[in-house]
Amino acid sequence: MRKLLLITVVLISGLAFTGRLFYLQVLDNSSIRLSENNAIKRIYDYPQRGHIYDREGKLLVSNQPSYDVMVIPREVKAFDTIELCELLKMTKERLNERLNKARVYSPRLPSVVIPQLTKSEYAYLQEKMRKYEGFYIQKRSLRDYQIDYGANFLGYIAEVNNRDIKQNAYYESGDLIGRQGVEQQYEEVLRGVKGVKYVQKDRFNRDIGAYKNGTLDTLPQPGKDIKLTVDSELQKYGEELMVNKRGGVVAIDPSTGEILALIAAPNYDPALLVGRERSKNFTDLYLDSISKPLFDRVLQGEYPPGSPFKTLNALIALQEGVVDVNESFACHGGYYYGSRGRKLGCHHHASPLSMIPGIANSCNAYFANVYRRTIEKYPTPQEGIEVWNKHLASFGLGQYLGYDLPSGRPGYIPDSTYYNKAYQYPTYKWYSTATLSNSIGQGEVITTPMQLANVTAAIANRGWFYTPHILKDIEGKDTIPEQYRTKHHTSIEPKYFDPVVQGMFDVYNYGTASTLQIPGIEICGKTGTAENFTKIDGKRVQLTDHSIFVAFAPKDNPKIALAVFVENGYWGSRYAGKIASLMIEKYLKKEITRKDLEDWVLTHSLEDEYEKPLSGEPFKINY
Amino acid sequence: MNSFSRSVSNFDWLIILLYLALVSIGLINIYSASIEPDVVTGSFDLSNLYTKQLIWIILSLVIVVFILSLEAKFFERFASVIYITSLLSLLGLYVFGKNISGATSWYAFGSFSLQPSEFAKAATALALAKYLSDIQTNVKTLQHQLKAFLIIALPAIFIIPQPDPGSALVYAAFFFPLYREGLSGIYLIVGLTSVVLFVLTLAVGPMYVIAAILLVAVILLIRKRKKRTGKSLLYILPIVCIGFVFSVNYIFQNVFEQRHRDRFNVVLGKDVDTKSIGYNTYQSEIAIGNGGWLGRGFLKGTQTKGNFVPEQHTDYIFSTVGEEWGFAGSTLVIFLFVGLMMRIIYLAEKQKNQFSRIYGYSVAGILFIHFLVNIGMVTGIFPTVGIPLPFFSYGGSGLWGFTILLFIFVKLDGNRANEW
Repeated sequence: MRKLLLITVVLISGLAFTGRLFYLQVLDNSSIRLSENNAIKRIYDYPQRGHIYDREGKLLVSNQPSYDVMVIPREVKAFDTIELCELLKMTKERLNERLNKARVYSPRLPSVVIPQLTKSEYAYLQEKMRKYEGFYIQKRSLRDYQIDYGANFLGYIAEVNNRDIKQNAYYESGDLIGRQGVEQQYEEVLRGVKGVKYVQKDRFNRDIGAYKNGTLDTLPQPGKDIKLTVDSELQKYGEELMVNKRGGVVAIDPSTGEILALIAAPNYDPALLVGRERSKNFTDLYLDSISKPLFDRVLQGEYPPGSPFKTLNALIALQEGVVDVNESFACHGGYYYGSRGRKLGCHHHASPLSMIPGIANSCNAYFANVYRRTIEKYPTPQEGIEVWNKHLASFGLGQYLGYDLPSGRPGYIPDSTYYNKAYQYPTYKWYSTATLSNSIGQGEVITTPMQLANVTAAIANRGWFYTPHILKDIEGKDTIPEQYRTKHHTSIEPKYFDPVVQGMFDVYNYGTASTLQIPGIEICGKTGTAENFTKIDGKRVQLTDHSIFVAFAPKDNPKIALAVFVENGYWGSRYAGKIASLMIEKYLKKEITRKDLEDWVLTHSLEDEYEKPLSGEPFKINY
Repeated sequence: MNSFSRSVSNFDWLIILLYLALVSIGLINIYSASIEPDVVTGSFDLSNLYTKQLIWIILSLVIVVFILSLEAKFFERFASVIYITSLLSLLGLYVFGKNISGATSWYAFGSFSLQPSEFAKAATALALAKYLSDIQTNVKTLQHQLKAFLIIALPAIFIIPQPDPGSALVYAAFFFPLYREGLSGIYLIVGLTSVVLFVLTLAVGPMYVIAAILLVAVILLIRKRKKRTGKSLLYILPIVCIGFVFSVNYIFQNVFEQRHRDRFNVVLGKDVDTKSIGYNTYQSEIAIGNGGWLGRGFLKGTQTKGNFVPEQHTDYIFSTVGEEWGFAGSTLVIFLFVGLMMRIIYLAEKQKNQFSRIYGYSVAGILFIHFLVNIGMVTGIFPTVGIPLPFFSYGGSGLWGFTILLFIFVKLDGNRANEW
């Protein structure tokens, strides 16, 4: 027995250690990953970001090299200070100050001495920098904008934040990522894949050679060029027209769903967010809380659609069979309803009117009648509202449209749940008249300019639309996702569109936009004038009406459909109608014949209007 | 013909081969753990640790030849002198010692230094073997037990305040020869029970341990109800155990310093701090785990090359083996150590001379404690106790100390045939 003790414990401990080693080295893999974090550092090789072209192949966004003079303090050998200062065009004091700062940051890691040299400065320095050990020139790539417009849909590039890093393992601190617009939406296409070099480090983070002789290293994959559906000439022209106005313009090719122009006003020069001044410029744009240039009104602005919405109510009424095209309704300066004689006012026009002149003259009384009949067709107003809501949903209203840009709003189309809650049903009952503002596109109904343009395209196509999109192709290949090649049919039969299209045509013939005809082009349109309110010191205050216009042209086989919103632009044809007319002419004829009309828009500003609610003094509206 | 050449064929060449294998593998790993990739020096530059170690190894071979050429009787005859000299060298540290990284454990001679505690182990083994093999000594009597304990405890007591508690802990190894020679098993039971109670108290808290003790006591009492003898012991023992548990708790909380508590907490998994106190163990486990089945290859260990494991060429040398040679290489090293110890025990049992047997057991015991504590620490099973891995860790004194310790036994064993 006594002989066995030591032998036994020796054997047991030998077995225990073997087991422990088996666990650490074979079973437990976590330490391998840990050790790679510990000892292996990745060095990245960033590929060129893809270029962005417009639909005609015009280059919109490319890259510009930028050159930084870098220093690694530990590697600096004695050098001719005066000569270097002359080369770098800096004073001796400044150079010493930069070098000290670099040394304090880290003697081993590179620091910037002079950031962002131009190409010509670089060419001059390139030859001479070699004799200064410890100094070198680091090339970086920045966006180079060929155009000074379109910032809202192009987006910009910025350093990743912690949230990006957490969400996507690809990114590491210091990487660049697309923000907003196309840069964000097609980030993975544009950025390519960075190459990685594994370098072995010691515990002081010094390089001690390639890891596994570089067998794991990868080459960068360059970013792909993309072509947008945007017509840069139309975009540029639209942005010029929208100067000193706020709002948004969307132009779509109804036959394809391609976005021809996407104008948010006010806009800014995309080049502001590149280079040395980026941070300062971004702050300036961000802090402009009055005109909010970073707020993309065309995708995120939710406005009452106003009278263009009447075309939808007409279509729904026809589909529901509650009205005949030729049936006329009287208008006595408005529509009187309810037991207490409430009135939905209207402007001056001939009476009575049937559907086509009703649309052309935008008669509120006509649409109040038609809307009531639609809702009251069903036993309860709840059912009526639901049917009405479903028809509108088939046009993409009240929901995100699904276009290929990262920002947007769903707008709102009320349903029975909303009214039940608002009117405390079933404690109190509500009737179709309580929702009567819906008939003229006011009240609870809100849409974005993008949604309204899509509705216009659907009407132009007589009942279907492609989801709007901004991507034409990637590297010349037909790479549009399936969802943008699928026709969406509305719940309205094609035959019911003819009278509505005729009504919109007559808007130009003799209706609310008769002054805005374009010689030689058959345009269909619809004006809109939407009441709107704001809060000043907690009080609800009405502001000057929004000017809204939707249009498509030509009447048959349409090439362009658009929606124009101009905030506080008085009435439909005053601003929005003119801008729509000019843009259609620009797109279809490539030239403007009505210079006086163009001058009027270019020279008129709504800045005074936007000042009113901020002035702190009483003001008049629509004046 | 002198005694050396006469007994060459009698030396146990298996031990010598295992020794050479361990020393060579150790040197290879010291080379890997200590070369600085970006520092270019001559391959035979004394500033390189592996060059220094190579010199130590060559010199220890000289020592081997010297020991083997001495008369075997020399060690038994001069055991007391060697022991007293060794004690004096330990005491002398308090006057002439050189302080290296916080411990006054070295004598400095110019550019190199010696650590007498590394030699005291062999001296104590000789003294204990001499005392126990004395015909008048009976290890079963308390008086002789106390004397034996004193022989073991004196060097340990001198070493602790250097401070070097790790080296002092090694003297627990002498329990093995004592037990082999007839020391009562009670000591073993008491010792083991104390260790188990100590660890349990720290791991799960005193209250659970006390509850478990009471439960066991009650069960035993019920089963022994009918017997009259030994009952009183069953009442006393639980009380002693509970008292021990309380004192462990008290000592841990009030007598131990925070750094000691931290070391235990790291091993018991109570503290998952990987940056400061747990750093060594954590980095060492990473390095070992990084090895996988076959290891990263010689000079290819990323952790080793990056110097992430502190003290990797000395106490943590085994982590280099783990990373660069993997499960295959590290189990081979374990196998070599276990083989060496088994061989020593086997040979010790074959000794006709009691002195040689006790000495052999001491050697095996000392090697075992070093092996157990060092690899236990490096693989994260035991708390951090800084003692080297025999024949492996960088350091001349350690290598020489173990070489002397081992080859005295080889000499004694080789002389076996000449006995009677």
